[in-house]
Amino acid sequence: MTGRLPALTLAEARDGLKRKEFSARELIEAYIAAMERARPLNIFITETPERALEMARASDDRRARGSTRSLDGIPVAVKDLFCTKGVLTTAASHILDGFLPPYESTVTEKLWKSGAVLLGKTNCDEFAMGSSTTTSFYGPTLSPWRRPGDNRPLVAGGSSGGSAAAIAARAALGAVGTDTGGSIRQPASFCGIVGLKPSYGRCSRWGVVAYASSLDHPGPLARTVRDAAILLAAMAGHDPKDSTSAPLPVPDFEAALSGDIRGLRIGVPAEYRSSGMPAEIDALWEKGAGWLAAAGARVKEISLPMTRYALPAYYIIAPAEASSNLARYDGVRFGLRVDAGNIDEMYELTRAAGFGAEVRRRILIGTYVLSAGYYEAYYLKAQRVRALVAGDFRKAFETVDLILAPTAPSAAFAVGEKSKDPIAMYLNDVFTVTANLAGLPAISVPAGLSGDGLPLGLQLIGRAFDEETVFRAAGVLEDAAEFRHLPEFLAQDGR
Amino acid sequence: MIAGRTGAWEVVIGLEVHAQIISKAKLFSGAATDFGAEPNTQVSPVDAAFPGMLPVINRVCVEQAVKTGLGLETEVNLKSVFERKNYFYPDLPPGYQISQYAEPLARAGRLILDMSEGTTRTIGITRLHMEQDAGKSLHDQEPGKTHVDLNRAGVALMEIVSEPDLRSAEEVGIYLRKLRAILRALGTCDGNMEEGSLRCDANVSVRRPGEPLGTRCEIKNVNSIRFLMQAVDYEARRQIEILEEGGRVEQETRLFDSARGTTRPMRLKEEAHDYRYFPDPDLVPLLLDPAWVEEIRRSLPELPDARKARFIKEYGLTPADAAILSGEEATARLFEAAARGRDPKIAANWVMVELFGALNRKGLGIENSPVSGESLGRLLDLIADGTISGRIAKEVFAEMAETGADPAAIVEAKGLRQVSDAGAIEAAIEAVLAREAEKVGEYKSGREKLFGYFVGQVMRATGGKANPALVNALLKKKLAR
Amino acid sequence: MALDKRTVARIASLARIRVEAEELEALAGELSQILAWVEELNAVDTRGVLPMASAAVSRLPMREDHVTDGGCREAILQNAPKSAKGFFVVPKVVE
Repeated sequence: MTGRLPALTLAEARDGLKRKEFSARELIEAYIAAMERARPLNIFITETPERALEMARASDDRRARGSTRSLDGIPVAVKDLFCTKGVLTTAASHILDGFLPPYESTVTEKLWKSGAVLLGKTNCDEFAMGSSTTTSFYGPTLSPWRRPGDNRPLVAGGSSGGSAAAIAARAALGAVGTDTGGSIRQPASFCGIVGLKPSYGRCSRWGVVAYASSLDHPGPLARTVRDAAILLAAMAGHDPKDSTSAPLPVPDFEAALSGDIRGLRIGVPAEYRSSGMPAEIDALWEKGAGWLAAAGARVKEISLPMTRYALPAYYIIAPAEASSNLARYDGVRFGLRVDAGNIDEMYELTRAAGFGAEVRRRILIGTYVLSAGYYEAYYLKAQRVRALVAGDFRKAFETVDLILAPTAPSAAFAVGEKSKDPIAMYLNDVFTVTANLAGLPAISVPAGLSGDGLPLGLQLIGRAFDEETVFRAAGVLEDAAEFRHLPEFLAQDGR
Repeated sequence: MIAGRTGAWEVVIGLEVHAQIISKAKLFSGAATDFGAEPNTQVSPVDAAFPGMLPVINRVCVEQAVKTGLGLETEVNLKSVFERKNYFYPDLPPGYQISQYAEPLARAGRLILDMSEGTTRTIGITRLHMEQDAGKSLHDQEPGKTHVDLNRAGVALMEIVSEPDLRSAEEVGIYLRKLRAILRALGTCDGNMEEGSLRCDANVSVRRPGEPLGTRCEIKNVNSIRFLMQAVDYEARRQIEILEEGGRVEQETRLFDSARGTTRPMRLKEEAHDYRYFPDPDLVPLLLDPAWVEEIRRSLPELPDARKARFIKEYGLTPADAAILSGEEATARLFEAAARGRDPKIAANWVMVELFGALNRKGLGIENSPVSGESLGRLLDLIADGTISGRIAKEVFAEMAETGADPAAIVEAKGLRQVSDAGAIEAAIEAVLAREAEKVGEYKSGREKLFGYFVGQVMRATGGKANPALVNALLKKKLAR
Repeated sequence: MALDKRTVARIASLARIRVEAEELEALAGELSQILAWVEELNAVDTRGVLPMASAAVSRLPMREDHVTDGGCREAILQNAPKSAKGFFVVPKVVE
């Protein structure tokens, strides 16, 4: 029995635990073994098996007493951007060497209160800056997928690549990540899993290492849409410790999965097509629109004219905020310090040694666009464009209920392939970043394989705080796509 | 106006005051604000800028700042924005200070100076905004090291910026005392400069009267009103000297050296400051409910200017006396306790002459006055009901200032009760006149000035306790015979 | 806007990140390329558009004035590279 456990979805495992077909301990032991098998992929920065077994024991005790919770006994992988009390938290950066937070992030605290079990902390791009999980100080995470007949390792996407790979490699049942420009949805697309970025303010940012505060969104990564809904319900909710947290009740997201999308109006943005998109992605997108229409939705073309400007605006706003958010890594109170004779030299040497090339690049860009004489031309300009991007969506949502688009402009690429050209790397987020600027919920659902046998996702974007409609349509998309492909890593593994 | 060698110069001064808001917890965290705690014991992970920590504003701090804005007659902005001021310093954990910049909490207020001659001058308040304090760096604990205490990091401050309307060190002193009195009356800042809860930077420049503003220097690091006045005076004279010798004043930040009474340039990195202000994305704009602002306005206590007007109207004081007695909350309270139900002008005189004199000699503030308003009032009652004379009252007051004792008790203990027994006084008069027969003769032959002398002798003979009016009357009668 | 080496050195200094002189040239090139790309925004007419700083929907929430934190010096200092007598210790700050 326990050998088959990792094949179950989160919802199935939850129900199996409920029916006492297996214990949390058995489930967690199976996942600890899976996590160990997956080590060649470099998914976890820190594994916490002892703590996981302890939490599993507590879960079994609760179940024996008859007081179970929504995620009781479910093994979860957490992006190493979430502060976990007493557990090394690095943001995949050298500069947070040895940092043991004296507090637990709100989102992970809620997960543990729901009975979930921490398996370990997952790898990501350094400070979530990247789209490939190759900028990590701890080395790249490899995708469990390979191109058939091609042994070159592929990226898992990023920045939440470790969390996405953990789900795809069945080394965790659920995972949490953060999405600032596409960092949940793009790796989900690359790894053939589901990833959701909720509305801005739906999940608390308290205790999450900040990259760009106005764009950072914690969210779930999972094997199925239902699993993502179950996870989000546990993660979401108003947090008085986060001034940008939305004071709204959390709906029952799982209950929203009715499968009925008759009459739902789906918009297909014309501007997403023009960016030199590969034909196979265009074809998949078309297919997706067809599936939704077949299920009774009304698909129509819409216009989001500011689309092409979203990414340049993002690459002003995000680095600007990052340059300030990352000033606290100064070698004074935690993390790395390179000693020196005076304070400024200590700062400069510590930060030069502690930050990788991409982080340094973004801090410098951010510092520049905020500096005297450039603030208006870059930063304020980008914020005005941001307002226009949000305005596009507002207008579109007057005539449609959801927007369907590809998640990423390509399937996963080889490790090292785009690292030489920052802008080529940035273009990965061209379809995802708009939802971050506007703060809208968006999900990536695996929808098919590329010509060279790699997963491709489709994205659904909804109105702010209307995750329910997003989940409902995503469920329909998922059913229609019948994505059953397993990555090379699992096939090898004999499961 | 300062007279230089080459003519008159006008000094132009603007002040930036940082006033610590009275609150139990910090501006954006739940750590305590008490002064003098053990290092780093009043620090939350938010104050220490640990990863992922977020600010949530303290409602009382906002209320206190609004109250102060209203007290300074500013326009309170219903929308204001918190921004980050970015710079590196070890006692600034996040690498930025959360402050308000483009859209402050309040603008365009005023503060009225009560000048010594009884006139007033209005000084513009440019703006008032909220911001966080930094921690404390100690550079003398260990050679080559700086020690950092973050207890103060994140404590709420109000920055109150004046227009460059001040024209002398004297006005600077009056401005700060008045501002402090207003803050104390409002209960929004304790005004304690030694503990750093009120700090002031001064922008000083000089010009020929009528000419455009000169280049200014900013003086920092002054922790008393007296020192600030000294610093302003020194700085003005320094600039005048430079200009009179044909030099140019460099715009710079200067530190006051209280030991020498001079200012000196602060050593700065050659790289100019570039604070890269931008709206703090962890916060959204502060929107004030107009009804709340009105509620705060209605709850304002009586402030020094209103009190001054009331003192003039209610007690018939001159504007100059009213200004002196209404300026500080403690003075006003003491005066009113002494004046209530009595002759207010007499009470005012006693407070301003005897009480202030005694406090001055003892180097005490009005808060620590050994004589309360109530006991001063009881002393005035003893004069009014003839128990003691005005002269004896001064003696009693001196004793009160020494021991804090009740005036009636002093009068009893020292037997200072006024003698109004005509027989006793007559006996004393007769004794004096008998002794001074020669002078009596002179008086009678026209030297009437000697009358005062006889009064003095009689008073001396009665130990000063004789009722002076009675002495006068009886003496006149005797000498007329 | 193409950044020259001096400008890169200045912003690196503002950001307190040591960049060695021999790195400046390449870094200036990279940053200039990114800036040239983001300058596509200049094609957008933003006259009369208010800047959007956040997608947050709440009014600024306010906490009550209660002491709920602090008093945890050990936790505050436990990650410090150097501390002594309850203080963080850093190399000398030159005033």
